[in-house]
Amino acid sequence: MVLNGSEILVNVLLEQGVDTVFGYPGGAVLNIYDALYKYKDKINHYMTAHEQGAAHAADGYARSTGKTGVVIATSGPGATNLVTGIATAYMDSVPMVAITGNVATPLIGCDSFQEVYIAGITMPITKHNFVVRNVEELADTIRLAFKIAASGRPGPVLVDIPKDITAAKTNYEPAVPDQIKRNEEYIGDIDEIAELINNAEKPFIYFGGGVKLSGASDELRELVNKADIPAAYTLMAAGVLGYGEENNLGLIGMHGCFSANSAANRADVMLAIGTRFSDRVALNANKFGHNSKIVHIDIDPGEINKIIVADYSIVGDVKTVLTALLKKIKPAKHEAWHKQIAKWKKDDYIPVDREDALTPHSVISTACKHAGKDAIFVTDVGQHQMWAAQFISHTKPRNFLTSGGLGTMGYGYGAAIGAKIANPDVPVIHFTSDGSLHMNLNELCTAVSYKVPVITVILNNAVLGMVRQWQGAFYGRRFSSSEPERVTDYVKVAEAFGGVGFRCKTPAEFEEAMAKAMTLEGPVWIECEIDREEKVLPMIPSGGTVHDTVFR
Amino acid sequence: MNKQCMVLLVDNNAGVLARVSSLFMQRGFNIDSLTVSSTEIPTISRITVTTKGDDRTFSQIIKQTSKLTEARLVFPIEPFVSIIRELLLVKFSTENIDSERLESIIDDYGAKIIDVSNGCFVAELTGDPTLIDDFLDAVKPFRMIEMCRTGATALESGKVSYDIE
Repeated sequence: MVLNGSEILVNVLLEQGVDTVFGYPGGAVLNIYDALYKYKDKINHYMTAHEQGAAHAADGYARSTGKTGVVIATSGPGATNLVTGIATAYMDSVPMVAITGNVATPLIGCDSFQEVYIAGITMPITKHNFVVRNVEELADTIRLAFKIAASGRPGPVLVDIPKDITAAKTNYEPAVPDQIKRNEEYIGDIDEIAELINNAEKPFIYFGGGVKLSGASDELRELVNKADIPAAYTLMAAGVLGYGEENNLGLIGMHGCFSANSAANRADVMLAIGTRFSDRVALNANKFGHNSKIVHIDIDPGEINKIIVADYSIVGDVKTVLTALLKKIKPAKHEAWHKQIAKWKKDDYIPVDREDALTPHSVISTACKHAGKDAIFVTDVGQHQMWAAQFISHTKPRNFLTSGGLGTMGYGYGAAIGAKIANPDVPVIHFTSDGSLHMNLNELCTAVSYKVPVITVILNNAVLGMVRQWQGAFYGRRFSSSEPERVTDYVKVAEAFGGVGFRCKTPAEFEEAMAKAMTLEGPVWIECEIDREEKVLPMIPSGGTVHDTVFR
Repeated sequence: MNKQCMVLLVDNNAGVLARVSSLFMQRGFNIDSLTVSSTEIPTISRITVTTKGDDRTFSQIIKQTSKLTEARLVFPIEPFVSIIRELLLVKFSTENIDSERLESIIDDYGAKIIDVSNGCFVAELTGDPTLIDDFLDAVKPFRMIEMCRTGATALESGKVSYDIE
């Protein structure tokens, strides 16, 4: 049938099983929005306050479901406003398709109104991008964009569509999307690695977001249990193994558990699974894992030997590789190794709660208690993010959404809205701080308009906590631009946008506010006043090792 | 720091060169020379890059460029089983020089004088990049006015070992 480019775009989205998109209209996408109006019973479009919020919403939608998130923006500033959201998704391997309008083909390259070369701008932060130059190519280009976004190591793909292409007509042939199959092949010697594991006395696993993306929690658990291997997770893999599971040592890295970092340091065999030795884990690339034979398993060949030269490597999908590996693994027990780890555990940091004042730990655990075990937790970036990573009892792989690679302050609100829209029956708690919330608090209007009941818990220490903590530790307490003395009244702001706000100073007040928030049908902000001297502990400074751990 | 050479067979799309060079910039890989040309397959272009770096960096360059959607095949060029060629054009002034000596160097290297005008002449030399380096060293004492070289382009010797389609 003959359709215009915009109708073809919407039809291809439907082919791909898309029923939810996020975006913001504008001149270059008027035709697309006209098609969205026509198909509004089939595709829900959520209009945010700002394109960045829409990109983060598509990201939160994708991370919480595993489906590809879709965001639409107009040309020029609409497109550039997506940049931080696309880069955030790129760094954390989140499948996303970003559709941007552009000026009509004859106007391209003429510095036309709201023209920007977004394909050039997003080249280093997308898996791939396209400029659609004629309408006949449009359908297949969008199909290919979805395929690239979700296959292999996922990531964002941008498709830039000039306005005349969105109006031009051509024949549209419906197509069934290609099944994105797990790659059942891998490159590497499983036997050699199995033998190494079977002979290890102090084996250790450090796993990352790749295990989550591969859906390999069960295989990892089986490996950990069968071969009795203590395992620690990166920020991107919180919840892949459940809280309290035997052999789950907790978070590794800069603010990870002392016991996990010590085990990484003393292990004789280290398996790095679906992870990339980032500088927040391998803080000193020359010393990290230097007592171990390192086995690196990842889907991306570019990650092998990028930071650390692995002794053994397997390139492949984590689930495929672990399934093959498990067949060769012998049951084992490593009692001496566990005894050693138990000694380190005695030095693990335990936060001290107070009855009269709110502490980061008490706020997070109280929020978790009210939200229940199915809740999705979303964070912004900074101290509260690390506290959330440390103190939430993570039990599910896709229920902790955080900007790990790019570290995007302002990620949380949009992502929480996207996650709640994708998971309407699950409580969504957005942990944020006064610093991060000020970056994108405008998205409260989106949550109010669409009645999205995200609960935002603001850990307000009145300072930029992480910046200030570093200035305190490494810059002689010269608190340059980290104590902004904002006088924002969060309750009034929440109310002014049409939401509900609470202010809490004591654990009792927070209990009450949280209980009330869980019953409300729209967005809630809960401000929690905490002490500005609260620190994220323990901490290994950049370039350090576990021997440099700071405990207070 | 070794000089290394690699070939990227890429889809002949608009912007593909920008993607390759953007990736080199993004990851801090350096480019000594880069050439792009058409190939026996109309939809495929051949990019030949020479770069300096250790083996680990070179292996990273190969792996990262291989991830580009439009890169069909990326492979290193091994010097002993490949033909690597570069074209040099160099212009000399004919004034106040020992032209006989210069012409004999040009002859020795198999270069050719291809243009003479306005007190200048232009010589052309095709060869392995190291031959061109040596030639440029040899002619250093003479008054060179301008010089340009194309950058390396390369083929492996023997049968084609890849199948793109």
